[in-house]
Amino acid sequence: MAKDSTKPITKKKINASYLKRYWQLYLLLLLPLVYFLVFRYAPMWYVLIAFKKYSIVQGILDMPWAKNHGFEYFIKAFSNKDFTNSLRNTVVLNLLDLVIGFPIPIIFALILNELRIKPFKKAVQTIAYMPHFLSWVIIYGLALQLFAPTNGLINMVITNLGGEKIHFLDDAVTWVKTYIGLGVWQSFGWNSIVYLAAIAGISPELYEAASVDGAGRFRKMWHITLPGIKPTIVVLLIMALGNIIGSGFDRPFALQNNLAMKYAEVISTFVYKNGIKGLQFSLTTAVGLFQSVVGVFFLLMSNWLARKLGERGIW
Amino acid sequence: MEENRMIHSFKSKVGDWFFVLLCLVISIICLLPMVNLLARSLSGVDYLVKHEVYLWPKGWNVDAYATVLTDMKYIRSFIFTAVLTLVCTLFSLLMTTLCAYPLIFENLRGRSLFNVIITITMFFNAGTIPNYLLMQKLNLLDSPLVLILPGCLSVYNMIIMRSFFYGIPDSLRESAEIDGASFFRILFSIYIPLSKPVLATLALFYAVGRWNGYSDALMYIKNKNYYPLQLLLYNILNNINSVEVATQEGFSSPGLSESLKAAIVMFSTVPILCIYPFLQKYFIHGVTLGAVKE
Repeated sequence: MAKDSTKPITKKKINASYLKRYWQLYLLLLLPLVYFLVFRYAPMWYVLIAFKKYSIVQGILDMPWAKNHGFEYFIKAFSNKDFTNSLRNTVVLNLLDLVIGFPIPIIFALILNELRIKPFKKAVQTIAYMPHFLSWVIIYGLALQLFAPTNGLINMVITNLGGEKIHFLDDAVTWVKTYIGLGVWQSFGWNSIVYLAAIAGISPELYEAASVDGAGRFRKMWHITLPGIKPTIVVLLIMALGNIIGSGFDRPFALQNNLAMKYAEVISTFVYKNGIKGLQFSLTTAVGLFQSVVGVFFLLMSNWLARKLGERGIW
Repeated sequence: MEENRMIHSFKSKVGDWFFVLLCLVISIICLLPMVNLLARSLSGVDYLVKHEVYLWPKGWNVDAYATVLTDMKYIRSFIFTAVLTLVCTLFSLLMTTLCAYPLIFENLRGRSLFNVIITITMFFNAGTIPNYLLMQKLNLLDSPLVLILPGCLSVYNMIIMRSFFYGIPDSLRESAEIDGASFFRILFSIYIPLSKPVLATLALFYAVGRWNGYSDALMYIKNKNYYPLQLLLYNILNNINSVEVATQEGFSSPGLSESLKAAIVMFSTVPILCIYPFLQKYFIHGVTLGAVKE
């Protein structure tokens, strides 16, 4: 934490000289404060409609409470097969992302760290960061062309080699693999940046000492580099675990199609389709609230777990 | 002994080449879809239909690009998205600075309260529907403002900027304060000039986010004049309104339509691909700042 230069103001009450000096800072904060109140806190008021029977003509307070002590829509959600499916899909897709997508940036950072020629290393980095700058619509466009069943590059190569065509996007199970694969493709380079920075912070003396002791490349990776970046790994793992029920919208919505919907529908797309398109506002607000609360719970749990295991948490 | 060392260095050389090779393969995997797309966008229709286009265009032509670049629908959306991205980026940078700068003064009363207000929003989001109902209430639906205001201040980006500000030596600020400079003056003559790297990074983050974003437009915008390029592209790729498109463009054969789609995808991603490599050293630093624990 940086230290402020000016001496702490000891008097408790806000006096004129304090205001005369600090009013400018409050003026600067005014717009951000308005922003947070209007765009981040005002929507929380509307969360109430999860417990009310939504009506377009009434104000929130006037809407009648929902049945079952206000929990009617939560009960409805959990007896709705589409919702339970999308809940399952959200968790399964996030877990797969975690198991497959989490280690790959670490491995990539370790690989990059072994490159000796600086310009080559930089070129590889630039190329690996590129997919992060593509929108999911663009990536969907790329996937449509690359994976097209009849004249897409991959299937042409497969059939030329005498294999069976793969329906990357329009078979539900294969879609899951494509979804995970594209996620890794898009983010592994970008996510390696943090690990590279952590590796750069490891003292070179450790490596020199290990070399003197005759440690090879992989021993150094295992005994110096990995322990050196362990705190970073833990912090990112906590954030990933905390997000296990979270679902971005852009990626699943751009990639999904009717043939894969069995596994492709996630909570965020369910909410969009049934809420904004289907106008079931109370039901979808309840779903969103459930997702937020469980998300906070997971974040607190994983942070607590990290501290139990003797690591620094994220707060 | 000597022999041992030679074996060791030979092993290490082989190892070095192994990693170079591995990185080449990874780079190819990253680039392959783009190369394939480029080849298809430049290929003749017949060759696409005959399944002959791999990584090099066959039957070179730029018809698809000519179609895209002469169609007002795409040009209009491109210009709209470019202006929107510019406005959005500038406004977001302003808001982020306004929020980050006062919070570095530890003597500021209410600072911790403000920090709490901000932190809560990082953990708890009201959700899609409450946000939608708020936009409806504020009469922002179908207005281009809805693509600018709700996302104009990212807490994550604010933390990056604040970390950068913390890294600026206090002594600079102290001497200015002794000279009687106001907080406005200190911001404009010390902090902003020294913060070009972080401003460049955040400008890139905000610009990429706006250029690539489509979900807010999907939910909040019905007027096609305000469709950002990515949403237009989404509709084209999914053949939404395909009848209308087909008659307008006058294409019916699947080949042309595919190379046209490829050309539109290229057209809507090129601006960002041209910019990001030049900002690499800045954004690497920015991401690292964001990861520093407060």
